[in-house]
Amino acid sequence: MCNTQTKSRTIFLSLIFLLFAFNQAQSEEKIKPLEVDWTFKGITGKFDRASLQRGYQVYTEVCASCHSMNLLSYRNLGEKGGPEFSVDQVKAIAANFEVEDGPNDEGDMFTRPARPSDKFVSPYPNVQAATAANGGAYPPDMSVLVKARKGGSDYIYSVLMGYEEPPQGLELDDGVYYNKYMDGQKIKMSNPLSEGIVSYSDGTNATVSQMAKDVTTFLTWSAEPHLETRHKLGLKVIIFLIIFTILVYLSMRRLWSRIDSEK
Amino acid sequence: MSENYVPSSKFGKWFNDRLPLLTLSKHLTDYPTPKNLNYWWTFGGILTFCLISQIITGIVLGMHYVAHADMAFNSIEHIMRDVNYGWLIRYIHSNGASMFFLAVYIHIFRSLFYGSYKSPREIIWILGMLIYLLMMATAFMGYVLPWGQMSFWGATVITNLFSAIPLVGESITNWLWGGFAVDNPTLTRFFSLHYLFPFLILGLVVLHIWALHVPGNNNPVGIDIKKPSKDTVPFHPYITIKDLFALLVFMIIFSGFIFFAPNILGHSDNYIEANPLVTPKHIVPEWYLLPFYAILRSVPDKLGGVILLFASIFILIALPWLDSSKVRSAIFRPVYKIFFWILVIDVLALGYVGAMPAEGLYLLVARVATIYYFAHFLIILPILSRIEKTEPVPLSITEPVLGGMPKTEMIRSDKKNV
Amino acid sequence: MDKPEKKNNRRDFLFTASYTIGAVGLGATIWPLIDQMNPDSSVKALSTTEVDISQIQPGKSITVLWRGKPVFIKRRTSEEISEAQSVSLDELPHPEKDQDRAKKPEWLVMLGICTHLGCVPLSDKGEYNGWFCPCHGSHYDTSGRIRKGPAPTNMEVPKYTFIDDNTIKIG
Repeated sequence: MCNTQTKSRTIFLSLIFLLFAFNQAQSEEKIKPLEVDWTFKGITGKFDRASLQRGYQVYTEVCASCHSMNLLSYRNLGEKGGPEFSVDQVKAIAANFEVEDGPNDEGDMFTRPARPSDKFVSPYPNVQAATAANGGAYPPDMSVLVKARKGGSDYIYSVLMGYEEPPQGLELDDGVYYNKYMDGQKIKMSNPLSEGIVSYSDGTNATVSQMAKDVTTFLTWSAEPHLETRHKLGLKVIIFLIIFTILVYLSMRRLWSRIDSEK
Repeated sequence: MSENYVPSSKFGKWFNDRLPLLTLSKHLTDYPTPKNLNYWWTFGGILTFCLISQIITGIVLGMHYVAHADMAFNSIEHIMRDVNYGWLIRYIHSNGASMFFLAVYIHIFRSLFYGSYKSPREIIWILGMLIYLLMMATAFMGYVLPWGQMSFWGATVITNLFSAIPLVGESITNWLWGGFAVDNPTLTRFFSLHYLFPFLILGLVVLHIWALHVPGNNNPVGIDIKKPSKDTVPFHPYITIKDLFALLVFMIIFSGFIFFAPNILGHSDNYIEANPLVTPKHIVPEWYLLPFYAILRSVPDKLGGVILLFASIFILIALPWLDSSKVRSAIFRPVYKIFFWILVIDVLALGYVGAMPAEGLYLLVARVATIYYFAHFLIILPILSRIEKTEPVPLSITEPVLGGMPKTEMIRSDKKNV
Repeated sequence: MDKPEKKNNRRDFLFTASYTIGAVGLGATIWPLIDQMNPDSSVKALSTTEVDISQIQPGKSITVLWRGKPVFIKRRTSEEISEAQSVSLDELPHPEKDQDRAKKPEWLVMLGICTHLGCVPLSDKGEYNGWFCPCHGSHYDTSGRIRKGPAPTNMEVPKYTFIDDNTIKIG
């Protein structure tokens, strides 16, 4: 009876709760990553445009020497919901890079300046070359990195901020560094950021945490380029559904009142 | 009655004499349905929606997806980035699978609670179980298609289950793979079958509904009712609007996942492209398969684990004969009701430990829960259905006996009647 | 009498509103399913092609691919130009001046697709020294205009600009 209903409801809710608990429980084994109040969090979250542009600068000047982003094209930098560089800026950015094209009429490959429609140029021709050049550790492609790591943006930010002196007694091999937040506390990438390594074109002070934040924002966008559209559309859809549900509920009550009142 | 239905228009009559579609639609709208169905009964409609939604979004994704080991991962990202509304359609499809299973589990447990699998509805139940089996196969193969790390290693682990079969195990796995490991041939055949199976499910759903329309719906009180009578209402508009209302509430939750937490039910490792050289630290199936995964891992023997895994599913098919109680609804079975809830908790516990590493306390819980799962069906139910003292069952929905009220709305409407 | 009528009105309103909202929702759901088949953003981004024309000799032409279609770029000889310019518009099934079709008389840039049913015409063939479509026998002149046969219109001239003397940007 009533008891059954409450009970079943409790069970149902606890089922949903458990689903979320899985994700929570597993991340608790590790050190909790730093939490940042990202502008893109929450149901109305948007990217900070200036931060995205700075983040792109950090990526090209610091990360891009080892990490590819082969799912992105230069045109993406000018698209809505992203860093939103102007059309001319995007063309200028693309033109900085040389891409291989061809074969031409003679059958030879040739290089030409990149166009907005070209994919981001990778630092290495293939995974093997990248692995060999980095002491046997492949620097992962960063296009969807934020979605490919448990903890997402917070985790990436934490790793960038997590370089420390190793605790006493911990032996580290050559080319292995201590990082508080990295899975297993060992990382094969040396600390990439240092104060002022980038000089921001908009004059922002390039502290390590500022750069880490900017580049993480950029990587979050690159992993989920339609995040802003998704949030906006989602709000509309849910409001619409709620209104529709209320209308249908009232109609249902109306219809069933005939049945409920008949003997 | 709809069987003698004659369309009013001349053309309608001409057409209906040759293909009785109008008779069918008349049957579907008039179909006498118990009027005391509660919201647990709306999941049939919700599941139909889920299936159609998965088929439509799946066909759309198939227009852009490339089933090739070198291109699958990038083609999914192409869908997410470049295709107009591709991200939306893909998130509907991937989260839709989870919602589909959420709904099917509620639907199954509804049936367990109210005894809907009992005579004369055994065939409906068996068809439902076949649908569920096909759903698991389809979902598993669909999860392989993005060709991420979890796709690849999930496929490897699950297909390796068959290697436990004595003598022919290796031949079977090689046959499944089309090679000596999960690779491109595996991906392309999984894509082909993933496209096919939903239509088989659709066919079984038609049979499932057909079989349902012979005896008619069970109901919360679990008694046979006269149709049509005071106890029934026409399916349309009374049940359709109720189903629609429940569906909309379901869609609000669904939308919450799609738009605001689209990856929460997935696994981050699946955004790393498949790499046959590196296994992820924890291989976990999608949440809806976790209870079975826990059963598999609870047995220290390879073949034993596989046998138990399949037994846990096939045992359900025999359920109508394991439980011989004449009373259907748990409302009038005070002891069964308790065991029902223990089973729910047991399955949830299996799901929980399925997500955890198979060691220490988790393993112990998994073993106890597995034993209980089988004990519930093989020992408790057969004995209980013979010795349980059930409560008196009402003669009809409109004239319930004391204590037989399944639904608060009913109490309200009856108070009005008094 | 008053009360039930009011009730009825409210019911009608409720049902009508529900149906309307439902129809709107259905329509809005269908749009993404249709739009996904439109050219996606990676395809749209390829909408321009730059072509180096410095190597083309007079009287020769090249075919380049633009948006998946062949584009003819022909460096016309002076005879061909005068032939194209001297035709009176009355003789043409689809009257267009050669000056309107070629930005520089020496260079003719057009989609190499027969306007009949989409085949690619052969160059330097046909009764008008231009192009001839082997599928259904359409004859085009040295300006790519239809002169004889089933094709309804002249071959289409795409949007193009001369970036410099040696480079054309199509699209």
